[in-house]
Amino acid sequence: MAGKTLFDKIWDKHVVDEIKGGPSVLYIDRHLIHEVTSPQAFAGIESRGISLFRPENTVATPDHNVPTVDQHLSIKDELSRFQVNKLTENCEKHGVTLYGLNHPYHGIVHVIGPELGITQPGLTMVCGDSHTSTHGAFGSVAFGIGTSEVEMVLATQCILQPKPKKMRITVDGELAKGVTAKDVVLYIIAKISASGGTGYFIEYAGSVIRSLSMEGRMTVCNMSIESGARGGLIAPDQTTFDYVKGREFAPSGDDFDQAVERWKLLKSDDDAVFDKELHYDAADIEPMITYGTNPGMGAKIKDKIPAVEEIDPATRESYEKSLAYMGFDAGSPIAGRKVDYIFVGSCTNGRIEDLREVAQFVKGKRKAEHVTAWIVPGSKQVEEQAHEEGITEILEASGFKLRQPGCSACLAMNDDKVPEGMLAVATSNRNFEGRQGPGSRTMLASPLTAAAAAVTGIISDPRSLL
Amino acid sequence: MPSEIFQNIESTAVPLPIENVDTDQIIPARFLKATTRDGFGENLFRDWRFDKNGLSKEGFVLNNLSYSGTILVGGKNFGSGSSREHAAWAIHDYGFKVVVSSFFADIFKNNALNNGLLPVQVSDSFLSTLFEAIEQDAATIIKVNLEEQTISIAASGASENFDINPYKKKCLLNGYDDIDYLLSIKEKIVHFEKSRT
Ligand code: SF4
Repeated sequence: MAGKTLFDKIWDKHVVDEIKGGPSVLYIDRHLIHEVTSPQAFAGIESRGISLFRPENTVATPDHNVPTVDQHLSIKDELSRFQVNKLTENCEKHGVTLYGLNHPYHGIVHVIGPELGITQPGLTMVCGDSHTSTHGAFGSVAFGIGTSEVEMVLATQCILQPKPKKMRITVDGELAKGVTAKDVVLYIIAKISASGGTGYFIEYAGSVIRSLSMEGRMTVCNMSIESGARGGLIAPDQTTFDYVKGREFAPSGDDFDQAVERWKLLKSDDDAVFDKELHYDAADIEPMITYGTNPGMGAKIKDKIPAVEEIDPATRESYEKSLAYMGFDAGSPIAGRKVDYIFVGSCTNGRIEDLREVAQFVKGKRKAEHVTAWIVPGSKQVEEQAHEEGITEILEASGFKLRQPGCSACLAMNDDKVPEGMLAVATSNRNFEGRQGPGSRTMLASPLTAAAAAVTGIISDPRSLL
Repeated sequence: MPSEIFQNIESTAVPLPIENVDTDQIIPARFLKATTRDGFGENLFRDWRFDKNGLSKEGFVLNNLSYSGTILVGGKNFGSGSSREHAAWAIHDYGFKVVVSSFFADIFKNNALNNGLLPVQVSDSFLSTLFEAIEQDAATIIKVNLEEQTISIAASGASENFDINPYKKKCLLNGYDDIDYLLSIKEKIVHFEKSRT
């Protein structure tokens, strides 16, 4: 019998039951919730007259709706305030731990899970949010669910799930200077398209992945969903164990050592068979950026937007529609376009390492006059750390300002909206039409590329400024 | 809590021949601030349907009176993007019972099935046939039979089978609900928890 993949090992250990001809009953170890996708689930629980099955396994934080300035004041937008208050109310009523606004642990769900040590190798984790795939960086099976499924977890700590297929993406070689984890994942999605991962759970492997920090690995796993995959994971190693050690909810002392012994077994067997295998070479990866309205429409910054003739005839109409929205001409160069906004933040690139990278880059340079820059930490802890490390000062000296934590312009549910027609370089994960505000145009890139755009005022390859 | 029972459908259809229709288009984030499941239909495809002053955009299919019905036919990779179940609620709330495409995003498919909205995945060629038939005659009747797992064009008889997980099929046909099922096996879940420590 062939060996097992890492995904199989974790999944199989969590199957409570199999429905004949149907999905598995999968046990969920950790459940994260936020204000947008949970209220209807709590309402469902209440209308059934039941209580939460394991409230201690759910952790809540409001992130999508929150303002990124003046967080000590009451939220101005009435609907947002109502939704955030509803989360507080539901958590109090049902005994769920909540890290609300201004709490030292507040932040984007996918940033606080790892930094608090809630995310650990070998676990199953879900959240009513597709970027739950982020937590797979620790070697856990983590994926986004809908609100009906949130209700299932609240009610029974289980969901019904068909088992996905397995894909392994191996990236070998060594990344060149100025090429980051974000470029790796944008490169992969550009190769396999925004639907190439649908039906699969991806394992990322190879020397490039191994060489990434935990932050970098999270960036890669975070965007798995952008290829359509349910999630992505990376086998844990010393980098993982070192990151988890000493965090608030991580095991400590002897328990930690024992946990590490178990975690070391979490890897795909040498003879494991994947449904699909892809290999890429680091030598071909360069700073990437998207030019269209789905994350699969990405290219090297030095490249041109593909000519219509290069596109599969069956998809040309959608391609042209997308470029028309962006106001870009097929066949034109990507670099050199004037940028109006930059956004550094989100669960993809709102971690301390991202801020460090930006600060290091802009130190001694100035923000271009015409660019509006939003730099938003992923969590309160990231914000504090940025203050402690002097990052805030470096940013300010260069004409930038650090805001307060939240999802912010990643989905523009709060006031951080890119105005109609404006072009933004964003470190977030989605460039859909209107994602950053009605009529806004988004190009996805790494924090370095966003910083380069902020300083030069145009789309530039950051390597030319390193 | 039993949900609605899924009946066979015979209806005209609304064509949306666009690829990669993502959940941000189906229901933009700024309309996700409600705390109940109702009323999302009003903002379905908001930014394609209305301009910034709230006026109907002429070219968009939902504003075209020739097209109506309970079947939405979309392009490839329908429902990609966020996990927001609001997307399925919006489509259902607007009055659709079936969404047809040649490819669905995973989470959207689950969310649709959990809300009595049937995702019907057809081949690329059958999808083209459907679009052509509807384009030629907006009154084209499409039949969807869940029991037999078939979708067909009434006039021409062109037909194709579609897949659905047998468990989900049973749920839709009987109005069963996943949560009721999970609650019914709670003892097993408790036993599982004990057995792993
Ligand atoms: S930062 Fe963006 S992608 Fe991440 S959880 Fe928030 S809205 Fe979703």
